[in-house]
Amino acid sequence: MHRIHILIAMDSHTLAQGARAVKDALLKDLSLAGLSDEVKVVETGSLGIYKKGVVLVVFPDNIYYTGVTVENVAEIVSEHIVKGRIVEKLKYSKAPGTEVKVQEKAPRFGKQLRVVLRNAGIIDPESIEEYIAHNGYEALGVALTEKKPNDILEQVKASDLQGRGGAFFPTGVKWGFAAREKAEQKYIICNADEGEPGTFKDRLILEGDPHAIIEGMALAGYAVGASKGFIYIRGEYHMSIARINRSIEQARENGLLGEKIFDTDFSFDIEVREGAGAYICGEETALIESIEGKRGEPRDKPPFPPSEGLWGKPTIVNNVETLANIPQIILNGPEWLQKLGTEASPGTKVFTLVGNINNPGLIEVPMGITLREIIYDIGEGIPQGNGFLLAQLGGTTGGILTAEQLDLPLDTDNLRKIGAGLGSGALLVVDDTHNVVEVVKNFVEFFNHESCGKCTLCREGTGRLYELLDKLVSGQGVLKDVDLIERLAKTMMTGAFCGLGQAAPVPILGCLKYFRQEFEKMVNTEQKSVSAVV
Amino acid sequence: MKTLADLRKIREQAQKEMAAREQSAKYRICVGMGTCGIAAGSRAVMSAIIDEIGKRDIQDVVITQTGCLGYCDQEPLVKVTQPDKSVITYGKITPEIARKIVQEHILNNNVLGDYVFTQD
Repeated sequence: MHRIHILIAMDSHTLAQGARAVKDALLKDLSLAGLSDEVKVVETGSLGIYKKGVVLVVFPDNIYYTGVTVENVAEIVSEHIVKGRIVEKLKYSKAPGTEVKVQEKAPRFGKQLRVVLRNAGIIDPESIEEYIAHNGYEALGVALTEKKPNDILEQVKASDLQGRGGAFFPTGVKWGFAAREKAEQKYIICNADEGEPGTFKDRLILEGDPHAIIEGMALAGYAVGASKGFIYIRGEYHMSIARINRSIEQARENGLLGEKIFDTDFSFDIEVREGAGAYICGEETALIESIEGKRGEPRDKPPFPPSEGLWGKPTIVNNVETLANIPQIILNGPEWLQKLGTEASPGTKVFTLVGNINNPGLIEVPMGITLREIIYDIGEGIPQGNGFLLAQLGGTTGGILTAEQLDLPLDTDNLRKIGAGLGSGALLVVDDTHNVVEVVKNFVEFFNHESCGKCTLCREGTGRLYELLDKLVSGQGVLKDVDLIERLAKTMMTGAFCGLGQAAPVPILGCLKYFRQEFEKMVNTEQKSVSAVV
Repeated sequence: MKTLADLRKIREQAQKEMAAREQSAKYRICVGMGTCGIAAGSRAVMSAIIDEIGKRDIQDVVITQTGCLGYCDQEPLVKVTQPDKSVITYGKITPEIARKIVQEHILNNNVLGDYVFTQD
């Protein structure tokens, strides 16, 4: 029996801060103190505390330590573990309360509400038993033994869950398209090719709670009649890949993947495919092409993947965060999800907070929260007392929000009205020391690099936009260039082949809408010549 | 695993192992682990308590340690806390008495009067 559990967050952030060395030092010091049998050290996913170094939690005392280094491990062991005296200088006071009871209540970090991240930082992601202890695979078990596939489909439909990859398409409706197709083979794909700059939510969900994704995929497979799943993970996500592979192994060993799961006729298995670093492969049809072994380029639509996807078979492509919601919906019922968030967008959303903000990192909040609450309460404001210029919501293709929208409740309806969306969940905060035009140029540089080149509008459009913006920034621009940027952006939006080219103009047009004077200020008034680009 | 019952059995087992992370324990046993306590043998007392709790599969107990309680001559000291009851501090505890505390105080709710050092 272990009387003390020490949880150490092992995610890509804390690893970079030396979490591995801290864990080794901890194990060594515990063993020297003769405490190895009394104290269990558990690796866990992200605890949601960033820029604070290596993070430990000591249970049952529920004490959070941040900024732990190999040097101060000995003090924690000799003071706290041996003598029971809390090491005050390392204690983190803003840690969550003690109400970490799964199912009845979701744990809260102030204004945060953790549903998708309910297990991250609480369980050991490499232990299937700990996932099971927190009601893991109960939803799958109940579904397979007591419910029909159609019941599961109806529950997901009734919950109004919307896809968390960025498009917010109703998940139940998508599943319904695939369920009604008559095909011997159908597929479930988990899109974990998270390439949006500033976005790393899927990575931390996969690192913190990989079994939830497996269970979500198996439930999707049962609902639509698919027996095979693929998880397409960005190749750089080494830890996500290692953890998901280990979890798949564990699930197979326990009969939760494979033939005749729970002794029913349902069989389901999952394979991992690693992406090779192309942004476009996050687009679902390009992703499918890539799994098929072809060059990652988007397909003509329709047909959409739910009717003709991977190898021409009905295929569901769902984002990591979407799938992580599924077991909870089946366990708690669709009404439970609707009680969270707003009417237009039930549930929670995981955001990655980046840019000019004091407390960056991964947060999960109920839909309908305002930008002000996120930036000033959870994010603790903008560094050096600088003012707020703009926020980009949803990654580099995301819409622009300004000070006017600080109090707008964030959900799909409200954002659509102002031409923005929640997107992938990245929230980039830009303070007023930045020049808007340079910020936009930075976005466009990314699209120019990532355009796959299939359609002219995107291939040429991103390049010309970059040139025009560069011209403005370097003081060579004329007034006409500003109009040209706008026209070109609008043309791309209507004419580009896929989401990349259609969405790339969103932040440009957003910035033009709110900050046109800033663009015009950059114009060189002495330059009389017409734009050279046309 | 083949059935839901199998899954639930694994869950029960795993929850027991994770009990230290739950905050709902009824009893709290605190062992004095200052230099004085350790010198008087509190480490052996602690091990005995952990062993006894584990052996008897008692779930609603949290075992913690503390520094010097200020009564060094009474060490090893063991403090038992439970809601709505007075806090009992036992003094001069040996591993054998520690096991008795688990059996009598925790399991049967009988305070071991002979060993009580203070009550508040």
